[in-house]
Amino acid sequence: MAISKEEVQHVAHLARLEFSEEDLERFTRELSGILEYMAKLSEVDTSGVEPTYNALRLENRFREDQVRPSFPPEEILSNAPEREGSSFVVPRVIRS
Amino acid sequence: MEHRSLLEWRESLRRREISAQELVEYYLERIRRLDPQIKAYLTVCEEEARRQAREADRRLSAGEELPLLGVPLAIKDNICTRGVRTTCASRILENFVPPYDATVIERLKAAGAILLGKTNLDEFAMGSSTENSAFFPTRNPWDIERVPGGSSGGSAAAVAADLCAGALGSDTGGSIRQPASFCGVVGFKPTYGRVSRYGLVAFASSLDQIGPLTRTVADTALLLQVIGGPDERDTTSWPEPQPDYLAELEKPLSSLRLGIPKEAFGEGLSPEVRRVLEEALREAEKLGHEIREVSLPHLEYALPAYYIIAPAEASSNLARYDGVKYGFRAPGRDLIDMYKKTRSQGFGAEVKRRIMLGTYALSAGYYEAFYRKASQVRTLIIRDFEEAFRQADLILMPASPTPAFRLGEKTDDPLKMYLSDIYTIPVNMAGLPGLSLPVGFTENRLPVNLQVIGPQLADALVLAFGRALEAALTLDLKPPLE
Repeated sequence: MAISKEEVQHVAHLARLEFSEEDLERFTRELSGILEYMAKLSEVDTSGVEPTYNALRLENRFREDQVRPSFPPEEILSNAPEREGSSFVVPRVIRS
Repeated sequence: MEHRSLLEWRESLRRREISAQELVEYYLERIRRLDPQIKAYLTVCEEEARRQAREADRRLSAGEELPLLGVPLAIKDNICTRGVRTTCASRILENFVPPYDATVIERLKAAGAILLGKTNLDEFAMGSSTENSAFFPTRNPWDIERVPGGSSGGSAAAVAADLCAGALGSDTGGSIRQPASFCGVVGFKPTYGRVSRYGLVAFASSLDQIGPLTRTVADTALLLQVIGGPDERDTTSWPEPQPDYLAELEKPLSSLRLGIPKEAFGEGLSPEVRRVLEEALREAEKLGHEIREVSLPHLEYALPAYYIIAPAEASSNLARYDGVKYGFRAPGRDLIDMYKKTRSQGFGAEVKRRIMLGTYALSAGYYEAFYRKASQVRTLIIRDFEEAFRQADLILMPASPTPAFRLGEKTDDPLKMYLSDIYTIPVNMAGLPGLSLPVGFTENRLPVNLQVIGPQLADALVLAFGRALEAALTLDLKPPLE
């Protein structure tokens, strides 16, 4: 199962990644090879088989909603690449 | 005094034959001398380890008997340690200092353990050789031209070279068991949910599990006792309390039915590994256990299914690295451009490859054909194991198809690298406990491990059998380093 360069570019955008022309060629080739190998799965008859998303088949677990201390803002902000006061700074999203 | 087990050190510490400070200095000296070659550590916590050792000595003098008091351990660098850099061997987290401890770290500290340092890994635990580390590859102590396996290659090499008393790793598709085999140490992936994942940097949440790498099975039992058990901060942690693993090891073992899946000993297994494993099976028979053939008909589909499920979960988990809250940020024209530049410069090639694969498998039009199909195949793999466990108490198979390979041997072909985990991946898919146990050597004296697999929550039985086989084999597991 081959994947086109355009598809790779589209998936890269969805994943918020970008590639140079050279890397794009390489990724297209590699992903096509890997997907070809994945196509092996179509040999398996899975009609009527329930999918598994968690091997322990755990159910949701609930607890009382309680107020507990959380991290001090200073600790959480200490790893921010850019901050101002008690806020994370990001590039402008809305034009003035 | 080299290559003593964790339990032996604990005994010596309790008897005051050695102080925690002396023990820490012993390891720091070895790290200074040997790690420039091996490169197992990303961070060595020299001053902090010394401080903890002084504290441990005070408590030992006061007669305290905590399970790990004064024992120096190494931790894979994708497990969060408060105040100690946790990089996941990625540029994107190069300077990340977690404001909290993972549950396993909290429990180790409460048990008196000393944090010696953080070990190298394939970036975000994605790889089988530790060559995907953004910083440097780790070398195999048995042959420094070879890889230690991965992704917990730093932890495995540190244990093998006696650069720590024991270590923690994480295992999503074999990342504890395969490097344990390459380095000739004991590695254990517990039943999914046995150990809390809180504070383990997420790769594929339905498969990830933390576990020990140690010199002996008893050491693994001791570490698991401390780190395992229910945790309300991880809703997938198993709610029942754990058995007393060390006590279980002491009980006499009845005769077991040992299942050998015929599919796991066919094509793809190196003849040398097969020879060593067959000898180990004969040894197991001599111990009074019965060997019988079983079948895992969907074994060959585990790898392709895994390489859809794990990247799919990873693409979602790694969406959080966006240059805003923590980690590396590259400047961009606008927000989206900043995201793209940050992630493209911050992640290495294998991580990007898996994010791409996962995003593709989850994208509109492909979800049914890939992600759902793979999750159905996962059900079939679980059923195969259920059927096999009706005929056998434990399943034995290779931990890796080959012994340690050379650096650079598989870096050009991702699929070739993925095949390294062919025998370990099915165990994560089914959430089973899997022990990687040293059982012998190739002619070139490279270690070979056997994988011992049990039904869900049969961790104690797996360890008890491993302990018995280990005692029968009496291998010399000291690599020729000095």
